[in-house]
Amino acid sequence: MNVIEMLEGKRVCVCAGSGGVGKTTTSAAIALGMAATGAKVAVVTIDPANRLANALGLERLENEPRRVEPARLQTDGLEVTGELWAMMLDPKRTFDELIDRIAPDPARAEEIKANRVYRELSTAVSGSQELTAIAKLYELDQEHEFDLLVLDTPPSRNALEFLDAPNRINSFLEGRALKAFMKPTGFGFRALGRGAMPLLGGLRRITGIDLITDLTVFFQLLGDMTGDFSQRAAQVERLLRAETTAFLLVTSAAREPIDEAIWFGQRLEADGLPFAGVVVNRVHHDLLGDREPREVRRSLARVLPPGLAVRVAENFRDYHVLARRDDDNLARLTTQLDERRLLLVPQLDDDVHDIEGLLRIHRYLFGSQAERERLIDDLVA
Amino acid sequence: MSTVLDKRLLFVTGKGGVGKSTVATALGLLAARHGLRTIVAELASQERVQGLFSENGEGERFREMELRPGLFTISIDPQQAMEEYLRVKAGPFGQALGSSRLFQAFAMATPGMRELLSIGKVWELAQLHRRTRGAAPYDLVIVDAPATGHGVGLLRTPRTFAEIARVGPIAHQGQTIAETIADPEFTGVVAVATPEEMPVNETVALADELARDGLPLDLVIVNALYPARFEADEIDELSQALTRTRSALARSALRAALSEHARAATQREQFDRLRDRVDGRFVELPYVFADHVGLAQLEVLAGALEEAAL
Repeated sequence: MNVIEMLEGKRVCVCAGSGGVGKTTTSAAIALGMAATGAKVAVVTIDPANRLANALGLERLENEPRRVEPARLQTDGLEVTGELWAMMLDPKRTFDELIDRIAPDPARAEEIKANRVYRELSTAVSGSQELTAIAKLYELDQEHEFDLLVLDTPPSRNALEFLDAPNRINSFLEGRALKAFMKPTGFGFRALGRGAMPLLGGLRRITGIDLITDLTVFFQLLGDMTGDFSQRAAQVERLLRAETTAFLLVTSAAREPIDEAIWFGQRLEADGLPFAGVVVNRVHHDLLGDREPREVRRSLARVLPPGLAVRVAENFRDYHVLARRDDDNLARLTTQLDERRLLLVPQLDDDVHDIEGLLRIHRYLFGSQAERERLIDDLVA
Repeated sequence: MSTVLDKRLLFVTGKGGVGKSTVATALGLLAARHGLRTIVAELASQERVQGLFSENGEGERFREMELRPGLFTISIDPQQAMEEYLRVKAGPFGQALGSSRLFQAFAMATPGMRELLSIGKVWELAQLHRRTRGAAPYDLVIVDAPATGHGVGLLRTPRTFAEIARVGPIAHQGQTIAETIADPEFTGVVAVATPEEMPVNETVALADELARDGLPLDLVIVNALYPARFEADEIDELSQALTRTRSALARSALRAALSEHARAATQREQFDRLRDRVDGRFVELPYVFADHVGLAQLEVLAGALEEAAL
């Protein structure tokens, strides 16, 4: 299977994975490759490397996708018949826009945005990036402008964070039980005044009265909007579960990211989320085959002086430590996962920061099974 | 290095995937070697440090565990930290409150509360008089902090809470912790970066943000540097050799050498960029060619850190 087959009939592709595994680059390569098939594709990224952002024409945060000029995509390697669009997500602004959209009037929206609890919620707290990324995805999907949306999930240490974090904020915003307590006419609020209600009395003892007041004001401001948050959360949930959505896991071949990929895959399946496949970056393929390591120096002796040959052989030995490691990790991954849903991108000589670089990856993601096998065979010899 | 290990509380941060846990643990090993009673505290339930020491490190996750003489680890769970805090601060009433599902749900969902509780526990570990009954004090607490962006947020949380709550116990606690973090004698920040574009960018951003908050960046540890195996003129030799041999084995070995050299050169460029943009002390750690980082590799890294201090 290649990316085209994995994304057959899909309108949304969520690229998830732990930090530092090449998620942003992979998302961009997938979007470019799908645009080359004639589709109108938008890639939503959070924090691309400067040079990649420049390559895509993303000079600044703009909260709407912008078309990557076709001239930038013109290379010998690939004809892009479709359209590639890209945007860099501004989480704070997306959150503000969400408030603007569901607030009953602009004055209320402004009040909420000025509230300290909201300011903390929309910026510093982990989870706000994840929540806003999904909110943006949902909004773009509703607009039906694109054939395919590719979401590069926020950088987190743990891939699962993407699934868990938005729920934490949502459950706070929905906070039905709390809302009942906090309403000025509610039982809890009256009790708080007298300090009789143990729960809120305790809260006050632990947190200080002003925090409670701020929260109360915040929930008063939200008022009926909490219902909208619940409704939205349910809609987003439906989008993520839809048959037209695909989760694609991005990982490197090192042990921990592979473990995380396995957990993530299991979690997706347990939660009934549509799991398309795994892209494994930076794979060190076995170049030695069944030959003995000591043969390496002998084979080099004819073309290199002895001192240099020794160092080249040492380098090769070190490379093969990593090749064996990657082999073991991939074997572990395939016990959990159908091998055909695995796409391997080898360790490249340089990081990818431009369209040329994306093309180098393209072959490994979009080539047919036979083509990809040939590319790997070509590494040897 | 001596100055960094002289602190009592050390935050180790960096972009995901740069080897933060490995470096935090290697620092812990080194500190323990110097006779410091040291604990490596992990946040966000990662349990990576335990994993570095054993293949199936199941153990009791949220307790202080001794990995080897003088070196401890703990995985900090906000909920556990909250229950502990309530028990100590509010006695049986607090215990009852902590076990109230509604209260738990409220506290865990309150923006920033998880971070505050985690950092509160870190602060508690670093106190000479431990809140935890019967607990011995540590000479050094090393925090395996969340990825860079969230890491700065974590350091800022106590102050933010002190400001939001204004008065009352949280304000007071937040204020105390914020003062501890702002005390350069007590607290240090170590950034871990690999010499690649994004980790370098994030380290630069981290240094700027810390400066804005008036916190120093005490040390930058540049991790996973490829060895400099070949001179520039030797690279020509390797390229030429590639055109002269038909042996698949020789060609693979030559290609691997050229490829690693290219990556090493990129690393050097990125390292130079980092040095240009960030003032401070840099320490280099070598790339570990191993199937996984275990105790033997950690010892090597701890040795490299020790050598760098000389």
